[in-house]
Amino acid sequence: MSGMSGTSGTSGTSGTSCILIIAEHRRGELRAATLELVTAAQGIRRAGEKVAVALIGAAPQALVAAVSVAGVDEIVTVQVAAAEFEPDPVEAALHALIEARRPSVVLVPHSIDAFGYAAAIAAKKSYGFSSDVFQIERQAEALIATRGGYGQKVNIEVEFPGKSIVLLTIRGNVYKPPEGTGAPSVSSLAVAAVPSRVRSLAFIEPPPSDDVDMTAAEFILSIGRGIGEEANVPKFRELADRLGATLGCSRPIADAGWLPKSRQVGQSGKTASACKLYIAMGISGAIQHLAGMKHVSTIIAINSDAAASIFSVARYGVVADIFEMADALQERSS
Amino acid sequence: MKILVAVKQVAALDEDFEIRADGKDVEADFLLRDLNEWDDFALEEAVRIKEASAGTPVEVVVVSVGPDDADETLRKCLAKGADRAIRVWEEAIEGSDPIAIAHVLAAVARREAPELLFAGAQSSDHAFAATGIATAALLDWAHAAVLTQLSVSPGARTARFRRELEGGLLHEMETELPAVLTIQLGINTPRYASLRAIKQAAAKPIELLSLAELSVAAEAVGEAGSLSRVRRMYLPEKGRAEMIEGSIESQAQRVLQIIRKVAGESAGGAA
Repeated sequence: MSGMSGTSGTSGTSGTSCILIIAEHRRGELRAATLELVTAAQGIRRAGEKVAVALIGAAPQALVAAVSVAGVDEIVTVQVAAAEFEPDPVEAALHALIEARRPSVVLVPHSIDAFGYAAAIAAKKSYGFSSDVFQIERQAEALIATRGGYGQKVNIEVEFPGKSIVLLTIRGNVYKPPEGTGAPSVSSLAVAAVPSRVRSLAFIEPPPSDDVDMTAAEFILSIGRGIGEEANVPKFRELADRLGATLGCSRPIADAGWLPKSRQVGQSGKTASACKLYIAMGISGAIQHLAGMKHVSTIIAINSDAAASIFSVARYGVVADIFEMADALQERSS
Repeated sequence: MKILVAVKQVAALDEDFEIRADGKDVEADFLLRDLNEWDDFALEEAVRIKEASAGTPVEVVVVSVGPDDADETLRKCLAKGADRAIRVWEEAIEGSDPIAIAHVLAAVARREAPELLFAGAQSSDHAFAATGIATAALLDWAHAAVLTQLSVSPGARTARFRRELEGGLLHEMETELPAVLTIQLGINTPRYASLRAIKQAAAKPIELLSLAELSVAAEAVGEAGSLSRVRRMYLPEKGRAEMIEGSIESQAQRVLQIIRKVAGESAGGAA
């Protein structure tokens, strides 16, 4: 391979920049967030600007079909030795890609993998940077990104003055993946191998569910730190049973071992993908919890703290003592 | 062995708050300060390594980039077991984004030369999830994010850890040292400081460093050193839920109505 086989034309066509999407994959499968970025890119592309997807991995060719969706103009594969995510080879490949293509915008999923490399890329080269962005637009030539602040209670619009390359990590489940397939051109970029200082050893599956499948539950009643102590768990278990809900919990409850990890919902817990009704009791709403439950159409938040972040994503809010509320719901549902 | 723990004094909003006249931040009077929760776990992890070390002495140093009132957070860390505390501040740092802060932290890391630098995986206020990893890039150190388990023997040249991926999947990895590792909630159970430790911490010195002492150029911090600039801050449109008011009984009644309605709809009206 002599440099970039398919991109020599691009460097000759001055002025045609691109939006570069970094595909995320794990154990041979493309991660869904990747395709959401294609839709995000369509919204900010300038006339003549192409949308390119970078596949970095040990066998990038295997994922070409998965990213050949409508809206993708080209795919650039970069072969590295590591099959699974390791920061050093991914960053070396990305630095080389950005240098070669000079994209106006680089889009990365706001994922755990990206937590491990996105800021490193931007800091090293002083590219424009923001993370957990849920809205991007162009006003005239300026790129404007919106993210949350102060526990998602405010929105913050940021701009990138003087930055010709901007790297953004994009929140999941905001943009819908495109429908339909595309016929992008495929090229490859050869990147020199770098020593990997952080090496992948193994994946460990989360412990199996105790008796429930949170991903199938339509009605979840979740408890958070507000329950105070482990001895109070049964009270809410009974309430969930009475209401016909599956009992779930936020991260601190699972971390404390009060409920099994399989009951944890939110981004790092189980994806409650079938959930239509979610009652959050004593959950203030950490960012990952809110992001992981935002898709639920009806969220009822019950919290004694009127300032809790959960009220900003809930459809209904109740400021009340959760123990009194649990009693009142028990009584009245009988 | 030395572990440097980067901590942030985060800001939470009061129930009522006002956006500043320039529209770019919240009035400082409405901010409640505390140690970032993720950093509490990072500090605990460092202190546990120190306490578990049989032969090799381990020093835990905390550093924070922030104004005077960040001393309160640093004293909390000293009370929880940190050996030393460093604070870096001057006016020029005001308005820094996480990458500008990383320039300062990298300079402190060069000066302290620890084997490990811990940072919280993110902060509870602005949640960039960027500062630690940006610091690693500026130092050109190995780095990994969102750790839920770490095993390292003082004096060893590598460390093993697990990071927690989406859906609870764990990824076991190994890193060379020195390394920057960002810590996820749940990696341990942070301790409460004893009253005695709090008293002792109040008397401990906090080293204050300037940019000049760290050889950090003024252009590397503040707005000049930041990779983005705030245009405006505003309240999201559908910012709040429909609040159910009234007595606890009437609130409960309304909640049950909503449950029955949604349950009825999802059962296709059959319920």
